[in-house]
Parts: sequence; structure tokens; C-alpha cells
Amino acid sequence: MLGRRDFLKASGSLIVCFSLNAVNPVNAASASSGLPRSFGKTPKLDSWIRIDAEGGVTIFPGKVELGQGIQTSLAQIAAEELDVSMSRLRVAPVDTDHSPNEAYTNGSMSIQQSGSALRVAAAEARQILIELAAEELRVTPDQINIDDGRFSVDGLEVNLDYWRILGGKEFNIVVSGEAKLKPPENYKVVGKAIERIDIPAIVFGDPIYIQDLRLPDMVHARLVRPPSPGRKLVQVKSNTVESMPGIIKIVRDGSFLAVIAEGEEQAIQASNLLKASCQWSKGHSLPNKEKLTEWLQSAPSKNSIIAEHGKLGSSKGRHVSATYTRPFQAHASISPSMALARKDKNGLTVWSHAQGMYPLRGAIAKLVKLKEEQVRCIHEPASGCYGHNGADDAAADAAIIAMHLPAKAIRLQYSRDDEFRWEPYGSAMTTQVEAVLDNEGFIHDWQYHVWSCTHTIRPGGAEGAGNFLSADLIENAIPQPAARAIPRPRGGGDRNAVPLYSFPNMNITKHFITEMPIRVSALRTLGAYSNVISIESFMDELSDLAGADPFDFRIKHLKDERAIAVLEKLRKVSNWSAIESRENTGKGIGFAQYKNSSAYTAVAFFVSVSKTTGNIKLEKAVSVTDAGQVINPDGLKNQIEGGIIQSASWTLMEQVNFTRKQITSLDWSGYPILKFSEVPEMETHLIDRPDEPSLGGGESSQGPGGAALANAVANALGRRLRDIPFTKERVQAAGV
Amino acid sequence: MGHYMTINFKLNGEDVAVDPSPDTPLLYVLRNDLGVNACKFGCGLAQCGACSVLLDGQSIRSCVTPVIVAEGKNITTLDGLGGKGNPHPIQQAFIDEQAMQCGYCANGIMITAVAFLDKNPNPTDGEIRDALDGHLCRCGAQARMIRAVKKAAKMTDRGAA
Repeated sequence: MLGRRDFLKASGSLIVCFSLNAVNPVNAASASSGLPRSFGKTPKLDSWIRIDAEGGVTIFPGKVELGQGIQTSLAQIAAEELDVSMSRLRVAPVDTDHSPNEAYTNGSMSIQQSGSALRVAAAEARQILIELAAEELRVTPDQINIDDGRFSVDGLEVNLDYWRILGGKEFNIVVSGEAKLKPPENYKVVGKAIERIDIPAIVFGDPIYIQDLRLPDMVHARLVRPPSPGRKLVQVKSNTVESMPGIIKIVRDGSFLAVIAEGEEQAIQASNLLKASCQWSKGHSLPNKEKLTEWLQSAPSKNSIIAEHGKLGSSKGRHVSATYTRPFQAHASISPSMALARKDKNGLTVWSHAQGMYPLRGAIAKLVKLKEEQVRCIHEPASGCYGHNGADDAAADAAIIAMHLPAKAIRLQYSRDDEFRWEPYGSAMTTQVEAVLDNEGFIHDWQYHVWSCTHTIRPGGAEGAGNFLSADLIENAIPQPAARAIPRPRGGGDRNAVPLYSFPNMNITKHFITEMPIRVSALRTLGAYSNVISIESFMDELSDLAGADPFDFRIKHLKDERAIAVLEKLRKVSNWSAIESRENTGKGIGFAQYKNSSAYTAVAFFVSVSKTTGNIKLEKAVSVTDAGQVINPDGLKNQIEGGIIQSASWTLMEQVNFTRKQITSLDWSGYPILKFSEVPEMETHLIDRPDEPSLGGGESSQGPGGAALANAVANALGRRLRDIPFTKERVQAAGV
Repeated sequence: MGHYMTINFKLNGEDVAVDPSPDTPLLYVLRNDLGVNACKFGCGLAQCGACSVLLDGQSIRSCVTPVIVAEGKNITTLDGLGGKGNPHPIQQAFIDEQAMQCGYCANGIMITAVAFLDKNPNPTDGEIRDALDGHLCRCGAQARMIRAVKKAAKMTDRGAA
């Protein structure tokens, strides 16, 4: 048998050795049942972890930093299993040249996917390093201990460490998953509130965002978009603009229009002049914003029962029903999207802040007619995206422009107007619930309908290229694929449509709207926000009818012990029973297990409401979350708090405004979000379960937060608001 | 490009001279001509605050401020306040409180906080909220940022004593 040292020294024979043992490394990885699924596409250990010669360790996750602190959490997991200090860890950006392909960074799945892969990879790397050291030192592996990558034998220090034994060389193996993982009770780094590794660079103004990337031969591009959907460019007068100083090129490709200039302000000025000289054909009409529910319920749809048991109508009791709505809402990222792209003889390189570099590569290749291998996509961070915002479109647009002007690095920056007018919003939704409540306060029947457009038009892979905004504008247009529903159990509009509560008779029906007059895609939590608010609002309405306490009422319909534990803890820490609702104040709770499979979050909101001004003041939000094993409690709390504030903003004030012709929410005055003076005090609690798998928590508070707020407002008003957002006018109308 | 008159100002204590069109927004001059990263483009409309810099100690929106306004003045950007070895209290407080998610808005919030604490070294939570009200944070890190500004006030106070 070959020793570990032989593997490293004779990598040629190693490859032979492995090709004998495992004919196809991909199959080898995915066939082993216990292995994290990310190894299916990326089986080699060196793809995940590298030990350099300078005392550092680099990890290569396939998930990207979106401001959620994932780099820190993943570094913690690797540092823990490798027994090295955090300061040695570097996290490589996702680059299709070499990074693992973990598709998108979405759905609160990064710890579950990338985290579990890195944990297994790091444990295996550690085991190999121990074996190498044992060979070198002529001892048995069990005599060896590790402290920050330095070996000791039987407690005595030896002059050997990871970097001396492996530095710069490759492991050259396929991850087997056979290395023993560290038991959670021995954790020193995982579970600790380690400071984010990227925050110092942010507070010192270091270049870390895509906006700070300055490439050689960089030029500035701006777009001239049509004012509304479906319009084609009839005519543009570009003569005067062409002769302006600094103008390099005006790119017209069908109805796709862009200008490239030496200076950024020159590009802006030129695009404004071009915009004023454009003549566009008539566009298609948008739905009537004042009658969104009617539109949602009458638009062509595919209807399906997504969950059903028992027999509706077989029980006696009070019949109660309600309809809830949610408008189109925007990602509204603080930085309008941008991208850089350069075409040279080797192909096209694109720098982007989108959520999935591999899917983006496939779609861009199709769009610009290159082979996938000729396109390289590199992730660079930007401001938070909260889903599919304009990032992918900007990457595609930069690529189109780069194809028209090779050998220059095209820096395309969207304007605030470009982003608000064209980002794919979160779909408007409407839900209808009908229940039968008996005299003992038990729910027997639960009939639920949800109407929604799609929640994903991500341009992933060649088949998704038609989803780019510009696919329809360029000369060789690529038609948009038919709207697609995200399959259960994740679900799109039906995410979290099935309550965690147990009812004897239940029917959940989804109405998937197949058309898309207003461009929509994935916005944080997809349909879960709307469904959780609907379910939890209705639970409170029923609880009130039953004269029950909202905690007791929920708990008696729950079987899941962890769900009950989260609610019981919230009841205690929020001091619920002691806080009386007085005139114009209210309290409410909301609960959900995100996707019915991720983290459990319960939120209590305390508000005061002025019926005369219609103003809702958010006093305090208290939350409890069980996300299984917590990697970084402060990072998780930050996500939970952010989710509550963002969903409070959605719930109180956010809606994309539009006429029958065009979007009218085009800047922050047309799309206000919650301000510093309006955010509540926050109190955030976690239930750590170190022996349970980590459950994604990045989106778990959005539904419960909005629901708790809706219930608190209803409690304060004595009247229920069922249409989001709770504008001053709606509050005033309800308060009369 | 040499077409326009030279504009002179101090950037983080150093003399700089630039010659763009005088109505060019200061933001583009700082980022593109002078290589500053701290101030960010967010809206170009003075609505979000990501582009904020200090002009003679006042927080201004550099995205709508013509560069000519800086003539003869002191411009301080976030990176000019301190660095890894000598962080400004506001920078240290934002690290200590982990007061951000994506951090894109943090530049402007820290800049405005510095100008504010200069005038009001011992603020209440309510005063901090009001001072930062013109800044947008989409990740929802406001509660942490308020804590961080309060902490910076205490750190500065201690330093002075």
C-alpha cells in the first residue's frame, strides 16, 4: 500500500491509483450516500481547501458573500475541523475558473450545502495531514495532536506543521467522507460569535466591492432602456452624442442601446441625451393597480392541490373566511446593479455580483453566442440583493457591450431609475382562507388558496438566457421561456402555504399565474412572506373568535416539539402576559418554520398606532429562533434582526407603483423604505441545538416578523388590516 | 483632461489638484480620479446617503455636490478617518457592534455620525435616530448602528477625559 507521502510525491501514480479504485470520481462522490451533495459536481478535496506554504489556508466555497456573513461562517467551520485559528483562513471568491459549482446562493441553504461540504472536506484534510505527519515522524497517527496547525507527539512539540508538510502541494484525492468529524462538544470556533472577517475592510474604506474594481483599459458604459415593457426602439438620433468629448462608442443592437465613454460622467450625460432623442414603439399595458386581487384571481393560471387530507365540510362549527393581499414589492438594493466585462481572444470574462456564477455563465454564453468554456464569471460583492435583483441583467448587458468593443474592460453601471424600473419584483399575491372552528376552539377545516405569478425567472444556464431583460431587446432576440413554478417542497408562491399546524381536514390549492405583465422573480422568501402573514393573521382571527390566548391557540394545534419550544420561549422572554395592550397600543405574534424544513422563528411585535394620523410606531420586536446547530450566533442574530426590519418595511410602506403604462416607483421618494427613526428596538434570542443539523436561518424571520406586526396592528386598532402595505390611509380608514 | 481650470482642495489632509468639468459631481472625482473607495454611488439623487463625505467637518452628499464646491476646502472620506492600526472610534464601534450586513450604506452612516457626534458628543438614542434619518439601510442593521454610534460617543468621551 502506498503511504500518504507517496501520493504527494508521485501524483502521476496517484491518478492511476484512483482511476483504478473509482472509475469516475463524480460517480464516486455522489454514489456514497452520506456525502454532502455539493461533492457530486466537485469531488476533489483540492477544489475546496488549499494549504499554502506561507501559513495560510484558503477555502473555496461555491456560495457567495451577499452581506449575510457567509464567508465568516464557512471559515469558522473549516477552521474548526482543521484545528487552525481563524486568522489563517482566507475565503476565495467564486470564480467559474476553479470554484466548486454550488449553483445559486439562495434560499438560506449555504450553511446546509457549502458548510456541510467544507466540514467534511476539512476533516478529511486534517486526517491526511495527520497521516503525513505520522509518516514523517515515524509515529502512529493517534500519537499526534494539533494546535493551530502545529503538530505535537504525545504532548511534546515537534518542529512540524501543516504548511511545512504540505505547503503549496495538492492533496490530490477525491473526498471520501470517511474522516471522523469533530464532535460538537469539542467545538472552539463553531458556535462562537466570531467577528465578521470582511467588516474591517468595509469600515476602513478598502476596495472590496465590485464598484471598487478598477481594471486596466476600463471604460464606462450606461444604458438607454425603453421606458416600459414591450417597447421597441424605432429611432434614435445619435449624431450629436457621438461627437461629444470622451464618447467611444454608441452600441445599438436591435432595441438594446448603450453608450461607452472614457469618463463616467460623460457616459451619464451622453445616455441622458440619447434617451431624450429616442422614439419607442407602443408597449403593452400593465394590470390595474387598484384591482390587483381581481387581476390575480382572473388571470390565466394552472391550478393544483398541493396538500390535502381529511374531508372538508364534514365537521360542524363556525365558518370563517378572509382574503389577504400583498402588492408587487422591490428588492430595492442600495447599490443599483453593475458589472464589468472584457472580451479578448481567449473569450469573455464577466465580473458580477449575481447570486450564481455558474448558472450566469451558461446563460451569458448562450446570449452572446460563445461556448460555455469561453466565458468566465467571477463574483465580487455589492450591496445586499435579497434575491434576484438587477445583478444578472447588468452582467448580461456588460457582456453584450463588451462583445461590441473587445479589448476594453467595460464597466456598466445602472442608474437608480434603471434598477427600480426594471428589476424583477416580488410577485403580488392574494390568498383566501376559510376555516371551521368548533366550540372548544379547535380548527377542523382549513381551505387555503394562493394566487401568484412565478417566483423565479433566474437566467440560469442556456435554457434561461431568454430571461435576461435584454434577451428580448437585442437583434437576435431569445424568447423568454414559459413561466415556471418552483417545485415543492421548496415551492415558489406556495412556499410555506402549508401550515405547520395540524387540522383534521385540509386543502391547500395553488393558482400559478402563467402570464407576467409585470416582470417578477425571486425576492427574499418568495411566497413565504405572504403565506405566513396570511396564515398567522388568520390564526389570530380564529384565536380571537375562540377567546383564546394566541400562544395557547397555536400550541394546541402544533405537534412539532421544536415549534412549541420556540413559542414557549417567546412567551417568556417577551414578557407577553405582563404587557397589557392599552388604548392605541397593540401586541402580536407570528410564527413559522421557514419552508417547513429550515429554521423556526417566532416574533412578538409591540406597536402604538395613531388612528388620527394613521401612523404606526414600531416599539419593539422580540424574536426566538431555533436554527439547529448555530455556527455564528451573532451572524445569525444579525440576519434575524435584518429580516424583521426588512419585513416591517415591506408590511408598513412598500409597494411598487405603476400606471396602466409604466412603473412609477423610480427612486427612493417613489419607493420609501423604513428609516432610522422608524425601526423598532430589537431583542433577539436563539435556541442553540449543537447536536442538530444547522438549518438555514437567513430568511426565517421575514414571514413571522411581518405576521407579528400585522397582528399587533390589528390588536391596537381593534380592526384587521388584510392588505399590505398598512399605509396611513388604510390605518385611518380602519380606525374610523 | 486639461480643458478646465484646476480645482484644489485637501483630501484627508493632503493637497490635491484636479481639472474635471467644474460641475462634475465630487463623488466621481473622488472615486474615479483620486481612487477613493469609501464613498459609494447609491442613487445619484442625494436620497440614500451612501456617497457621504465630510466637507470641513459637515456631512455632504458627494453625488450631487459639484466638485467646484470643494475648492479650497477640506474633504475627509471614511478611509481618511483611520485605518487598521489607528481606527477612528466610529470605525472601532462599528466593528465591535458588527453593525452592518452588506456594509454598502455604512460609509455614509459613519460619516454622518462623525459630524453629528462632533456637535453632540453625548446623544440620546432618539437624537442618533434623527441624525441618521436621511440614510437608508436595506439590510436592516439600523438597531446595531444606533448602538455603535452610542458606543463611539462613549469611546470618544473617554478618550477626551
